[in-house]
Amino acid sequence: MTLPPILAALKKHKAGVTLITLQIALTLAIVCNAVFIIGQRIERVHRPSGLDEQNLFLIQQAYVGAPSGDDAASVEKLDAMQRGDLAALRNLPDVESVAAINSLPLLQSSWTGGVGLKPDQQHSTEHAAYYFGDEQMLKTLGLQLVAGRNFTSSEITNRGFRGVGEPPMVIITKALADKLFPNGGALGKTVYLDGLAIPSTIIGVVARMQIPAAGGWGDSFAWNSVLQPVRLDAYYTRTAVRAKPGRLDAAMREAREALFNANPMRVLENQPDIGIGIMPFSEVRARAYRADIGMAILMGVICVILLCVTGAGIVGLTSFWVGQRRKQIGIRRALGATQRDILHYFQTENLLIAGAGVVLGAILAVGLNLWLMKQFQMDRMSLLYVLVGVIALLALGQGAVFAPALRASRVSPVEATRSV
Amino acid sequence: MFAYYLDLAFRSLKRNPVLTFLMVLAIAVGIGASMTTLTVMHILSGDPLPGKSAHIYYPQVDPTPADWYNKSHPLEVMDDRSAMDLWSAHRADRQALVVQSPVKVSAPGVDRPPLMLTLLATTSDFFPMFEVPFEYGSAWTPSDETGRARVAVISSDLNDKLFGGKNSVGKTLRLKDSDVRIVGVLKPWRPTPLFYDAEGGFTGNGYDTSYYAKPEDVFMPFQSALEVNDGNFFQFTCWGNGPTVPGHLENSPCLWVALWVELDSAAKADAYRAFLENYAEQQKTLGRFANTDTRMLDLMQRLDYEQVIPKNVRLQTWLAFAFLAICLFNTVGLLLAKFLRRAGEIGVRRALGASSRAIFAQCLTEAGLIGFIGGVGGWLLTMIGLWLVRRQQTPYSDLVHLDVSMFVVTFMLAIAVSLLAGALPALRASRIAPALQLKTL
Repeated sequence: MTLPPILAALKKHKAGVTLITLQIALTLAIVCNAVFIIGQRIERVHRPSGLDEQNLFLIQQAYVGAPSGDDAASVEKLDAMQRGDLAALRNLPDVESVAAINSLPLLQSSWTGGVGLKPDQQHSTEHAAYYFGDEQMLKTLGLQLVAGRNFTSSEITNRGFRGVGEPPMVIITKALADKLFPNGGALGKTVYLDGLAIPSTIIGVVARMQIPAAGGWGDSFAWNSVLQPVRLDAYYTRTAVRAKPGRLDAAMREAREALFNANPMRVLENQPDIGIGIMPFSEVRARAYRADIGMAILMGVICVILLCVTGAGIVGLTSFWVGQRRKQIGIRRALGATQRDILHYFQTENLLIAGAGVVLGAILAVGLNLWLMKQFQMDRMSLLYVLVGVIALLALGQGAVFAPALRASRVSPVEATRSV
Repeated sequence: MFAYYLDLAFRSLKRNPVLTFLMVLAIAVGIGASMTTLTVMHILSGDPLPGKSAHIYYPQVDPTPADWYNKSHPLEVMDDRSAMDLWSAHRADRQALVVQSPVKVSAPGVDRPPLMLTLLATTSDFFPMFEVPFEYGSAWTPSDETGRARVAVISSDLNDKLFGGKNSVGKTLRLKDSDVRIVGVLKPWRPTPLFYDAEGGFTGNGYDTSYYAKPEDVFMPFQSALEVNDGNFFQFTCWGNGPTVPGHLENSPCLWVALWVELDSAAKADAYRAFLENYAEQQKTLGRFANTDTRMLDLMQRLDYEQVIPKNVRLQTWLAFAFLAICLFNTVGLLLAKFLRRAGEIGVRRALGASSRAIFAQCLTEAGLIGFIGGVGGWLLTMIGLWLVRRQQTPYSDLVHLDVSMFVVTFMLAIAVSLLAGALPALRASRIAPALQLKTL
């Protein structure tokens, strides 16, 4: 099979050829980028939080009639109420451990600040999320200590919700430690939080702990967490609870009952949208990524439909060509072309068109990615996506052309003799 | 003639059901995807004060010290002194201070636990300036402001919750530890986006969707609110060591108060700009300001500056229109195949006297019919798409619906797309030479 006759024949169908080429090019460019975006969302959804998520649940509740001020007496009263709750939960048969905490990874409610290496530093070295909690925080969340030690119960302080003060000691994540001290040895070093002159010593390093923000603006510091030995006191509390293995549901039921027994004046009916209620960590995770998953599914479905539509378009146009060229095919068959030759002819023709389409499409795909990078601060697309896309579209073209080409190959040589 | 073309188009569509289905599907998917995202964009990018937004401005000055690290001057909000100075100068047609804070709310005699709501501390011009509708009563008066009266305006939502939607003017509301008298109840009011609360939006890089939430539930005169809810205010940012008493920000080295002004003509806006610059210069002479940077954006410019339209929504819209472009190309190809396959039939019609214009019109009618059917499919897919968006539980979920204008746009877009797709194939078909076709019959 030589190419020149195919090329000569294609010249006669300029409009159709241009259309299919452009369609393949556009499909490649757009589907590649869409799949890349889906891939990024899925990657984000699957990144580990650093917690042992099994058997972990979160209690968010508000006291009714609690003091709302920041004066010492109000804070002490709130702290007593919170300590009462913690003790009641720690006594439950199906509960392994309980920690007072201000937020959790993926909970979307963040305390953040700057971490610096010098006192009164004007530009903080790194941005980080703050977790305030007690000595059971590491055990309850299942965080892995890779260096140093945990807080002890005597080191835990308490303060009002809007109270200020920097802790004398902190535990940080390995990611943050590596950024602050690239040469290692973060343990025992001093950091300054929020650009102030109050030193905090790093007494421990945990392997990994994600910040509460699940996506978007938090991506640039997703692993920068600072744990502080502080119990926050407010009319509103969050508590992380680890149930004994396999006892999650039972522990959640017991916790609700125990809290109402300890003090019925509280809001605890499940209203996750306003951040009240008891929910397993799996739900925290599902809520954080619902929009990402929704978008990935929607775009995935649209991509599949688009590929089908493009494939169907190629089938439609090729069928039309075959219909138009029945006589020509008949003549070639009469002159000795085998069925195989005819089949190959249409397949080669499609390969040529699709080939031009994917070359153009690959350029468009990269261009579109560059534009998206500029407009939406997206990452650079790996060329693997384009390569897979090219192969997929060439395969789609071959698959789409097969049925019409097969029909063409079955044209009888007799066709040549009809009504010329 | 049109009815005849329509009849022909129906027959033609029935002849190739698979091809017809493909074209309708292509258009429906493209329209469904693009109209879903376009509707969301339309809702989110709307003008919250149509007809008036060009007269609403957001003046800013910069009270931060010279050596302070943040150099994106001027910052989002002002300190209370600058804001009060500018407000009490009364140089604009209307002016309103705006500060939010969380507050515990209950009503004596109403049997339900206290609610944690947001209190908007503002000034009386807020209501006429932002065209806030009242159901009962009215705003407080300027003399209530100077007298620091304990009065409040509440949202219709809160009125429904506490008083079953009845006229509650004159009733008492307990805010934190103080009793205030209700003087006004609003009608349901949902400015989209919640433009006067948008400060700090740009720090979220367009990923923050909270600017589509509902407005506050309790509104109070500025000074009265500072007294009633003292200790519950949050700073936007502070320099130095922050407030001496947490949550009490008066006279603190903190930025926390926003000012909005209404200026009814361009000349007045220019005059206000000059006033603002003068003020900054004067404060620098007094040694209170280190920087004389000022800024005054109008409402829509400010929403743009704050990047209130979520990035994800923009991205989805671009992608959806790219999908529509693919569907358009596909439909062009299929229509071309379809029309040219009928070359014989067209040849006969031409030979019998149909002009090429008539053939063109007939082909376009068929394309338009496909567009219309595709539009119906696209409309159904849009409804499904919007339902999916509503299920995502973003702050704007409850706003998402297809209004009449977007419903009309759906069909116009579908038909426009199909006519555009049909133009080239129809042109090709109308140029078919009758003689050549008749010969091969």
